[in-house]
Amino acid sequence: MGVGIDVSDLNAWYGANHTLQNISLKIPANHATALIGPSGCGKSTFVRCLNRMHETNPVGRVTGSVRVGDTDIYAQASPVEIRRRIGMVFQRPNPFPTMSIYDNVASGLRLNGFRNRKILDDVVERSLQQAALWDEVKVDLKKKSGASLSGGQQQRLCIARALAVDPEVMLMDEPASALDPVSTAKIEDLIFQLKSQYTIVIVTHNMQQAARVAENTGFFLNGKLVEFDATHKIFTNPTDKRTEDYITGRFG
Amino acid sequence: MASTTAMPPLRAGATNRFIRVIFNHLATVYAIGSTLLVMAPLIAIFAYLLFKGASSLNLNFFTQVPKPVGELGGGMANSILGSGILLAIASLMGVPIGIAAGIYIAEFGRDKRLSNMVRFTADVLNGVPSIVMGIAVYTLIVVPQKHFSALSGGVALGIMMIPTITRTTEEMLLMVPLNVREAALGLGLPNWRSVLSITLRTASPGVITGCMLAFARVAGETAPLLFTAFGNQFWSTSIDQPIAALPLQIYVYALSPYDEWHRLAWAGALVLIVLIVVSVALVRYVAGRGVLKGAS
Repeated sequence: MGVGIDVSDLNAWYGANHTLQNISLKIPANHATALIGPSGCGKSTFVRCLNRMHETNPVGRVTGSVRVGDTDIYAQASPVEIRRRIGMVFQRPNPFPTMSIYDNVASGLRLNGFRNRKILDDVVERSLQQAALWDEVKVDLKKKSGASLSGGQQQRLCIARALAVDPEVMLMDEPASALDPVSTAKIEDLIFQLKSQYTIVIVTHNMQQAARVAENTGFFLNGKLVEFDATHKIFTNPTDKRTEDYITGRFG
Repeated sequence: MASTTAMPPLRAGATNRFIRVIFNHLATVYAIGSTLLVMAPLIAIFAYLLFKGASSLNLNFFTQVPKPVGELGGGMANSILGSGILLAIASLMGVPIGIAAGIYIAEFGRDKRLSNMVRFTADVLNGVPSIVMGIAVYTLIVVPQKHFSALSGGVALGIMMIPTITRTTEEMLLMVPLNVREAALGLGLPNWRSVLSITLRTASPGVITGCMLAFARVAGETAPLLFTAFGNQFWSTSIDQPIAALPLQIYVYALSPYDEWHRLAWAGALVLIVLIVVSVALVRYVAGRGVLKGAS
């Protein structure tokens, strides 16, 4: 089951560049939350702060607090523990190129020392089914490389790989921006089904996508969270003038 | 070409087209010619060795040790085995150290000064003449032990393998895309696990090529063995004793005044090249078997 995320007073830097400024918001459990905004506004940095990926950049720095469920992830846990609870799907599909489809999905468990074959088989099948990829790959699960799939299939493989470690939260950083419309529709269907069991945070450039999949939407601009509200409110009756300008296409 | 309509009339002219076609052919011929030139020396050497050495190859060559001067026959069985032992010691030492150093520079070298120093040292080490490596190991191991040994020869070759392996490992690891590393970290893998099981594994074909390059290079080295392994006319498998090696035996025989020994030297050179080619091909085959096809 998913858990809520409570961000307060989050600041992030790349070197001297103050990328995120005083962000506070509450992301509800078992819902999809979309983050929109023009390129470079900080929305990707924001999700990377939610699983401590931001600090893997040598010049990345974070202050403030992020509570995931009951845990303050910066004060009470190691990055490794946190990333096992919070799955991430990246903009470009990134299956492990030397691994088979099966090994890709099993990698999170296996490389953390889990060896039980029977359970691994079950987890791989369940994850691929959740990611709506099982029927397309079940015949050559162990024969084909993850990199030999099409772009859309690779991205669903990456979602399956993230689901296999049974996370509580799924972060998706523009998961469909490198995909064609058919694959995009499949990913969106998937988000729709997954959000009953996981808390989903999705960064997107595509405002229709935000409107289709998310209950809540946040609008980022120049490193600040301008507005955070129910999606229909953001798109029909935004409070802030800048939000209105952006969603009506006056800039960005 | 889709954009021909947008081109100025001058560039579509017949003369320009003629020049372009000629230039295209010239470039192709140049590339093919260069390829042939690259292959020519190896083919020439191999053909000449076959011509000179193949006739002296017989079963005795692979089963007997050298005969004293004046007696006909004899073989290089002890040198073939000796080279095998020396290269095994060298690989056991050079491969793990070389790969680990490469991993350090590429993945953990946050301290830029130290990793630059390692990189610089490796490059200089690569340029150190092999005879100097022999003298260095002579001073470090042979002198304190007071006798020549297979171990010292293996160490000399092993040190020579390190820089090539380190630099290729580094370059191959840096070619693994950032998003593959992020995928591993995003799954909650500790950094060391991600480096070993994901990054190094993704880079492994290139790393193996680097190891094979280093192996093939030291397999034919004579100079570092002169003061270390020393050579041996008899059977010896002890790593604490002087040991025979193919390049050493070829060196001794080629400089001798006897025609019989000259023929054996040619045969030895042929065997050395064939063994290098076979072992490189074998490692490639074994390492390549597990890797899945179709990866982009």
